[in-house]
Amino acid sequence: MSIRKERTGAVLVVGSGIAGIQASLDLAGSGYLVYLVEQSPVIGGNMPLLDKTFPTNDCSMCIFSPKLVECARHRNIEILTCTELQELRGEPGRFKAVLLKRARYIDPEKCTGCGDCAEVCPRELDDAFNPGTSARKAVSRPYAQAFPNAYVIDREHCLQCGQCSRVCQVGAIDFTRQDEILEIEIGAVVVSSGFELFDPSSLPYYGYGRFPDVLTSFEFERLLSASGPWEGRLLRPSNLQEPASIAWVQCVGSRNIRIDRGYCSGVCCMSAIKEALTARARGPLNLRTDIFFVDLRTHGKGFEKYRVQAEGQGVRLIRSRIYAVTEKEGGDGLLIRYADEAGNIFTEEYDLVVLSVGLQPSGGFLETAGKLGLSLNRYGFCEPVELTGVATSRQGIFVAGASSGPKDIPGSVIQAGAAAGESARYLAGSEGTRVPSVVELSPEQDLTGSEPRVGVLVCRCGSNIAGVIDVPKLAEKAGELPGVVYAGEHIHACSQEGQNKLKQVIREHRLNRVVVAACSPRTHRGLFQETIREAGLNRHLFEMANIRDQCSWVHLQDPDRANVKAFDLVRAAVARAVRLKPVETFFSVVNPRALVVGGGAAGMTSAISLADRGYQVSLLEKTGRLGGLASGMVQGFRGEDVPEFLSRLIKATAEHPKIEVLTGAEIKNVEGTAGNFTTTLGDGRKIRHGAVIIATGGAEYRPVEYLYGQDSRVLTLLELEKALAGREPAVAGAKTVVLIQCVGSREPERMYCSRVCCTKSVRLALRIKDQAPGTNVYVLFRDLRTYGFYEDLYQEARSRGVVFIRYETDAKPLVEANGERLKVTVTDHILRRPLEIQADIVGLAAAAVAPEENQRLAHLFKVSLNEDGFFHEAHVKLSPVDFSTKGVFMAGLAHGPKNLEECIVQAKAAAARAATILSRTRLESQGTVAVVQREKCAACLTCVRLCPYKAAEIKKGAAEIEPTLCRGCGICAGECPNKAITLLNYEGPVLFAMSSELCRGSCEDERV
Amino acid sequence: MKGFEPQIVAFCCLNCAYSAADLAGSMRRQYAPNVRIVEIPCTGAIDQGVLLQAFEEGADGVFVAGCLEGDCRYQQGNIRAKKRLKALQKILDETGLGGERLEMFNLSAAMGVRFAEIADEMTSRIRSLGPSPLKRKWKGSAPE
Repeated sequence: MSIRKERTGAVLVVGSGIAGIQASLDLAGSGYLVYLVEQSPVIGGNMPLLDKTFPTNDCSMCIFSPKLVECARHRNIEILTCTELQELRGEPGRFKAVLLKRARYIDPEKCTGCGDCAEVCPRELDDAFNPGTSARKAVSRPYAQAFPNAYVIDREHCLQCGQCSRVCQVGAIDFTRQDEILEIEIGAVVVSSGFELFDPSSLPYYGYGRFPDVLTSFEFERLLSASGPWEGRLLRPSNLQEPASIAWVQCVGSRNIRIDRGYCSGVCCMSAIKEALTARARGPLNLRTDIFFVDLRTHGKGFEKYRVQAEGQGVRLIRSRIYAVTEKEGGDGLLIRYADEAGNIFTEEYDLVVLSVGLQPSGGFLETAGKLGLSLNRYGFCEPVELTGVATSRQGIFVAGASSGPKDIPGSVIQAGAAAGESARYLAGSEGTRVPSVVELSPEQDLTGSEPRVGVLVCRCGSNIAGVIDVPKLAEKAGELPGVVYAGEHIHACSQEGQNKLKQVIREHRLNRVVVAACSPRTHRGLFQETIREAGLNRHLFEMANIRDQCSWVHLQDPDRANVKAFDLVRAAVARAVRLKPVETFFSVVNPRALVVGGGAAGMTSAISLADRGYQVSLLEKTGRLGGLASGMVQGFRGEDVPEFLSRLIKATAEHPKIEVLTGAEIKNVEGTAGNFTTTLGDGRKIRHGAVIIATGGAEYRPVEYLYGQDSRVLTLLELEKALAGREPAVAGAKTVVLIQCVGSREPERMYCSRVCCTKSVRLALRIKDQAPGTNVYVLFRDLRTYGFYEDLYQEARSRGVVFIRYETDAKPLVEANGERLKVTVTDHILRRPLEIQADIVGLAAAAVAPEENQRLAHLFKVSLNEDGFFHEAHVKLSPVDFSTKGVFMAGLAHGPKNLEECIVQAKAAAARAATILSRTRLESQGTVAVVQREKCAACLTCVRLCPYKAAEIKKGAAEIEPTLCRGCGICAGECPNKAITLLNYEGPVLFAMSSELCRGSCEDERV
Repeated sequence: MKGFEPQIVAFCCLNCAYSAADLAGSMRRQYAPNVRIVEIPCTGAIDQGVLLQAFEEGADGVFVAGCLEGDCRYQQGNIRAKKRLKALQKILDETGLGGERLEMFNLSAAMGVRFAEIADEMTSRIRSLGPSPLKRKWKGSAPE
């Protein structure tokens, strides 16, 4: 440990897309200083470009922006935009990084985002955020919710005329700024530089760049987005008319060996389905939405149901090969010429064609990888070292997100968590050494018995508010309101100067409540709350009146009524302020021990990750030995020696001084909450722990189909793998082997794809060919789903003579015992007639299923399962290892089907998430909470049933809400039949008073 | 009803509708100033009393705006809110106030334009319905 202490407790994260942001948050949350370096002027990467995300159709920006704000406000994260990594020196654990920080000309600390600069800028350019469809100036904001919330000058196009700097009222623009070289000390690096899109103009037959109505999938996302060029209206770029038909063309720049892009980009099938569904919701009633695909790869959690839903809503899926996209004679309309599976050629007409373009490593990533000397795969991605999920060829440097290979958002979030966890593990012992020390605040003012003394600060926001609202008059009127003892104005309340003034008036006028009439609480409440806290007030004695975004900006043409409304808003804010009560911060002590349930590969990986970071871990395994499902595996998807890997893992787990392995253990009872759980085992033993990781694994489905269990020559893939490794005579001597896909998966009773079977089958087929090249191997499949780089294996298998035959669900293969051999009958998809194969061995790709005990665990830990029996995460996209119950995390097959490597990545991510709790000495409640008046409570259980966070419990005949778990949504208060529950500071009387003030403007004709 | 300018109170979820209103602002999308927004953490927090009281305090129309169905950060808040609101609409109909003075909308944070449309739609709807019969202090044609 003494060597470890010398490691630097800081990490450099290169690239600020969702992966970089998640890695930064996990690291910062467990005591490491993070330098988040971003080449472009704003953080966020590609996610803000998307309209919606699959399979929940959540608005991308809505789910992402809280993470952006959290990242931006985190004390332990230093965000460096317009910055590039130049050089990495020193040794792992004690690196020195040299960064080039390009001059931004606009100081993001000073810029208020008012937009006056863009107003006067004479230079108009194409908008990079909405390519080809709208214009922007040489000084602009990349998009509305961007962070930093500052304008950016495009150095390439700026004329340096200086008009912007003259109109800027806060003096944020300074053209004399120079590029800077920074040198930082770090212990580890996370590379998360994301992806770029394939440029389809290099494949002329798709017509991209020649026909305006041929778009890439990302351009189409912008077109669908409410913040896009036409405010979300679905129009054809060529004539601004609504399209009557749209076609999606899959695998553009993916699975194409002719241009050396053999890999599958993994995300495009789902994104096309999502775009088709969104288009149907936005477009005209009878919109035709056709997807031209090769194999439909909906292999992720919940994806298969999404496909079924899409087909049900009329999205047509056409299995085909595309020849060309051309323009109709006369120009109005596009023609797609394609061949179906049988080789018949068709031509169909569409108004819009969307090319589902593949993902490739970003230019910035390739540059960074070059400087770091990372080994890359043949496609230029930094594929992690086998079975590590995140390690690169260099010690102390980890990879996350699409830089390591094409992946979707949850895949990136999981890998980012794992990269953060591995960095932290590498630097264990140095946490807390580089982060800014926590400022001890003076105690809060005691308000008992004191009358409200409200101060109102009205912001001019340059001319944004003052241009429409008579600010001095408004401040004067506000000063006359009951409870108000001070009212004043400020040019920019959010500036450092404005904050200082606020502190000063709080002192001078002995204020105990503050109202700021300015912009939106969404962006600025936190800032003002911190300021009033520093001045000795409880953070919750604060209210904002949004007189900019919701008044001056939207009523520019009606200043009279805007003024009336502004005063209404201020009056309502004051009415609320006088009724505000301080919110107590609740603390609970955290027990730094972790409980891991399940001793398979995932559970052991999580346990070691945490134990190496210094946390005590209790690892429960219900059977007598460690290993789980991986014990039956021989070879990993990339050819790894699984038994060797597993025996090392078991040894490391069993011998780790911080891990206590409890085999044959069963959980009887769970009590407590995040930070403080008590789990009781069957033998009465109690384990006290702060967090829990559920890694209960999965099982291979026992088929009832295809003579399984009746004929010993019919095996599941795991059985076949074992038999092959043991060179069992029946298998080793087989002349013909048939592998049947989707046995028990993608069926009505199990409407999900088991994700791993296609690749596993291809792997086994290759192994058979390795052992006995003369063996005939047939793979009978529905859609071959060798996603990502596994596509190379599929390619190899075909070139080595493995025969792939597609079947339809209405003509499933038939397996019959035929004396010496097994007769397999399948209807060939090209010949359209039954084909008989005389097989010696039939391998069944049986579904991955959830263990039944999940049900019991879900109940014990108050978490939920999805309808397939797998655990249900807090958010499919952005919290894929968290439960909505705080302090409980999941990893591996328990979450859904995935391969060994993916289980390892998720296990590391779950450990990293658990560490964000275990590393804290105490947990703080989140703010406004619901409170119960015991005497009114009838213990009807409504709140207990409804609370999404399981914060409500009945104790001694009345409901009690655990404040450290409550997130303040108020659903219990809204629904409580006896009104025994209220949401603090949103109680009935507060809202009544606000309504009353808001309705006075016109009825009393009270003009400002 | 010439000169009548309805007073409309909107209870907007901070996660979606409130953000959409902000977005309408940054897009400078103009809409009727009759609408005044009260920010709430989730539409699920609003009980019927709060909505009724808004009418008593002088609102001519009230709307609640939450996340798209299925998008509620707290899972079911917006669905619960809708249920209660539907029941209240019935009561408003029965009491003669008119259920159409109360409405629930669902939108995402990206739908700034939609927010502006909702504000305009509600304003013209209430304008055609006339002042709320409950209005205590209304003095005929208010602002010129």
